[in-house]
Amino acid sequence: MSAHLPILQVVVPLLAAPFCLFLKRGRAAWGLAVLASWAALAIALALLGQVMQEGVLSYAIGDWAPPIGIEYRVDVVNAWVLVIVSGIGAVVAPYAMASIEREVEAGRIPLFYAAYLLCLSGLLGITITGDMFNVFVFLEISSLSAYALIALGQARRALTSAFRYLIMGSVGATFIVIGIGLLYVMTGSLNMADLAQLLPEVWDSRTVKVAYGFLAVGFCLKLALFPLHLWLPNAYTYAPSAVTAFMASTATKVAVYMLLRFFLTVFGAPFSFDVMALDRVLLPLALVAIASMSLVAIFQVNVKRLLAYSSVAQIGYMILGLSFATVTGLTATLLHLFNHALMKGALFMAMGCVMYRIGSVHINAMAGLGRRMPWTMAAFVAGGLSLVGVPLTVGFVSKWYLILGALERGWWPVAILVLLTSLLALVYIWRVVEAAYFRDFPGDESTREAPWTLLGPTWALVALNLYFGIDAGRTVEIARQAAEVLMAGIGP
Amino acid sequence: MTTLLLLALGVPVAGAAFIALLRRNPNAREAASLVTAGALFAIVLRIYQAVSGGARPEAVLAEPLPGIRIALEAEPLGVLFALIASFLWIVTTAYSIGYMRGHHEKNQTRFYLFFAFAIASVMGVAFAGNLFTLFAFYEVLSLATFPLVTHAGTEKAKRAGRVYLGILFSTSVVFQLLGIIWVYAVAGTVDFEPGGILRGNVGAGLVPILLALFVFGIGKAAVMPFHRWLPAAMVAPTPVSALLHAVAVVKAGVFAVLKVTVYIFGFEFVAETGASVWLMWAAAATIILGSLVAFTKDNLKARLAYSTVSQLSYVVLGAMLANSLGVIGSGMHIAMHAFGKITLFFCAGAIMVAAHKSEVSQLNGLGRRMPVTFAAFLIGTLSIVGLPPTGGAWSKWFLGVGSVEAGQIGLVAVLMLSSLLSLAYLLEIPLRGFFGKEGEGAHGAHGDGGASGEDHARADGSAPGFADRGGSHDAHDPAHAHHGPQQDAHAHHGAPRWSVAAITVTAAACVALFVYPEPFYRLMTMVTGP
Repeated sequence: MSAHLPILQVVVPLLAAPFCLFLKRGRAAWGLAVLASWAALAIALALLGQVMQEGVLSYAIGDWAPPIGIEYRVDVVNAWVLVIVSGIGAVVAPYAMASIEREVEAGRIPLFYAAYLLCLSGLLGITITGDMFNVFVFLEISSLSAYALIALGQARRALTSAFRYLIMGSVGATFIVIGIGLLYVMTGSLNMADLAQLLPEVWDSRTVKVAYGFLAVGFCLKLALFPLHLWLPNAYTYAPSAVTAFMASTATKVAVYMLLRFFLTVFGAPFSFDVMALDRVLLPLALVAIASMSLVAIFQVNVKRLLAYSSVAQIGYMILGLSFATVTGLTATLLHLFNHALMKGALFMAMGCVMYRIGSVHINAMAGLGRRMPWTMAAFVAGGLSLVGVPLTVGFVSKWYLILGALERGWWPVAILVLLTSLLALVYIWRVVEAAYFRDFPGDESTREAPWTLLGPTWALVALNLYFGIDAGRTVEIARQAAEVLMAGIGP
Repeated sequence: MTTLLLLALGVPVAGAAFIALLRRNPNAREAASLVTAGALFAIVLRIYQAVSGGARPEAVLAEPLPGIRIALEAEPLGVLFALIASFLWIVTTAYSIGYMRGHHEKNQTRFYLFFAFAIASVMGVAFAGNLFTLFAFYEVLSLATFPLVTHAGTEKAKRAGRVYLGILFSTSVVFQLLGIIWVYAVAGTVDFEPGGILRGNVGAGLVPILLALFVFGIGKAAVMPFHRWLPAAMVAPTPVSALLHAVAVVKAGVFAVLKVTVYIFGFEFVAETGASVWLMWAAAATIILGSLVAFTKDNLKARLAYSTVSQLSYVVLGAMLANSLGVIGSGMHIAMHAFGKITLFFCAGAIMVAAHKSEVSQLNGLGRRMPVTFAAFLIGTLSIVGLPPTGGAWSKWFLGVGSVEAGQIGLVAVLMLSSLLSLAYLLEIPLRGFFGKEGEGAHGAHGDGGASGEDHARADGSAPGFADRGGSHDAHDPAHAHHGPQQDAHAHHGAPRWSVAAITVTAAACVALFVYPEPFYRLMTMVTGP
């Protein structure tokens, strides 16, 4: 059984998806989705444990030996990302029940869970596979289901948002598949480990460099790096709350993983940094993303949109860590993948609770909610402090390594910029806090705290924010090992 | 020993829990506050005994990042700070009971709750074993005091809260945190070690920059231009201003500066590199400017706030002198200023509750009705200025001698000038109180229907300590009229006695410290070494 864990990781949610359609009843479909998500998390944790002990796992699909057959290959890096994705899935799935029943019409609920499970398996598939074309296949599975999920939002603008995401996402996917095609032309292989061996011979060829360019644009679109982020704010704002919480914590993280995997493992870190100057291209983009998007976030009045812009800025931090081109910098990136998933998940889920009760996440509608919904708003404050990077939260851990990385390179202005922008985060979080705690509640007296089915998962994430902020030893260790694997450029 | 350290943190937190549980019964709730405060002081006293015997108890709470621990360690400087804070917490709690009830404040449970949290974080700051722990508790302290500063919940309080948290957070995050990570990057550790950890790890050019990151990054030390939060925080109820913004929070700031100078840089190393010379003058500028601004303030609490800004920089200055005498003076000033300034704030609060006066120009003649309060104010003033027979004389003495030893005669002149300034702007208050004629001054005081405070006290059947309620029965006072007679009588019950007792204790301590500054002096010599 344990030998088949890599394939089960994808197959369990993938097969659960159609069953959701057969079940017809919303609650039953939900139950199945929860079970599948938890199974996926259990498998991911088992895989991570196995990889930490035994090293790289290789699984040949249908016993076709790689590089001819499709290989699933698990090392510390993707085991880590698998845990992040399935972990968020495992928290969002139970949360979805109440939230989705409120926000999606009853007949579509089984469809929702089917799409959700497809999206989950797509993201897990991208992460686990060791085959480039397989990446593309799973990318399409996850993206198409994501478009559907976003389009389920209540507001009619959810449709245009989803459509825009579809166009941008398809452009990104096309760029990626062109890049993959060019690499296949040059090497005749689609297996990542195999490519890592073959590519150094053809480093000088223009085709490889062009392929690199196509892939770079495609990934940056998918991970919403400034200025290719335009699809993201609307998509996150108008999607159902549970979808936003799930997507914000997973989809862009997986895109960052793809970028790391392709550029550092397949092409190799030496090629990326020495030949293609990836660090020098990404550094300014990351800095502009962090500064400008944090500023934009300050002026938002819809809190989901505010958090969406904040996400674009936070992606900037991840890319910034990569652009240091050091193990410490990359450790910060990998840590922030995890940490940001925890904090944004918690924040968006708190917003889901607000949506559930008052049907709006406009900052003015949230006036006085601190007294009406104390647990929800306390979760928001805790998540917000984590986002700002207050000590003893996960945000601080990310910030620490990011600044350490900057100082190691002697880039102290970058360190100061990171610190200053974390103050901008304080400003936009604070606007919500002031509205919730310092203004009078205008709405109806009967407004109560959100049900525990929503609060439970939200606070589970908040608790993780604090736990991994107080005891980050394990996460730092895993992230550092993963960073070393990637920086070696040898590939798993 | 380790248990004691953990208790020092745990007892106030447990106290907070009891305060929350007893919210329905105010008397029990206040008793919980008092018992907690007393217990904490007893614990700190035990730690003091151990540390003066040469022990250095340690405790590790967690290890958030590999090699970066949340660790507690008791050393003489921290013990000094913890002693003062925990002792004055008892006094302030007693005072608050009188003030909060007399002033009809709302949300009193929240007030006592966050007060206890604030003290817990102060203990964390005092006993922090490394820079990271110090930073963490420093930030927790900002957060814990925020609800206290904005207690009134008004638009003004909200704005003040924004300034408060804004400045404290920005400076700590942008400068202090950068400094901490930088220290870690070059030294590979952030632990406090006698003699510092930077010698041999950094070039001489980087030392002044790092030191400045800490001096300005520790915004709670209120070195200009990052001092605005302190006057802003004065919207808080007076007991908060008294304990937190004359003692706990601001002293946490200057304490951190001193601790970093001594245990991260090593003051000898600072002196050798000359890193602190310009920072001495930054502190000197704050001393003078703070005093000058204090002059212009008619609001009593605002005047005291700027006086604090000025006085805090004495401590910073002592640290920047980077010699034994300066450091001793610096540490002693933490103690002396704490007792002096808390007395002044207590008096300001008593005046506000009893006579509803908040402006200096309204105080004419009030001293004759509130003699204890104004006498205490006089003693506090002498201590702040640094005149015998009060403890403040000692710290000023050491700072002056330290400046001479550092070869900075100019600084001695600054110290003298600032003493004169503070004498002038603080002495005005008792002078007006005792010698001013009632009815004079900018706003004019209301006449009080003839009965003296003492008469009222007896009429209410309370103890003589009641005297300070003085003009509170002033029938013309609009702020008072709406309470109605019953409520008023209820509010009076036993309350002011607590406040006067608190004032008496701290004023007496100012004098006692002149005669017996020994414990604090000895602790500081343990810090500087033989």
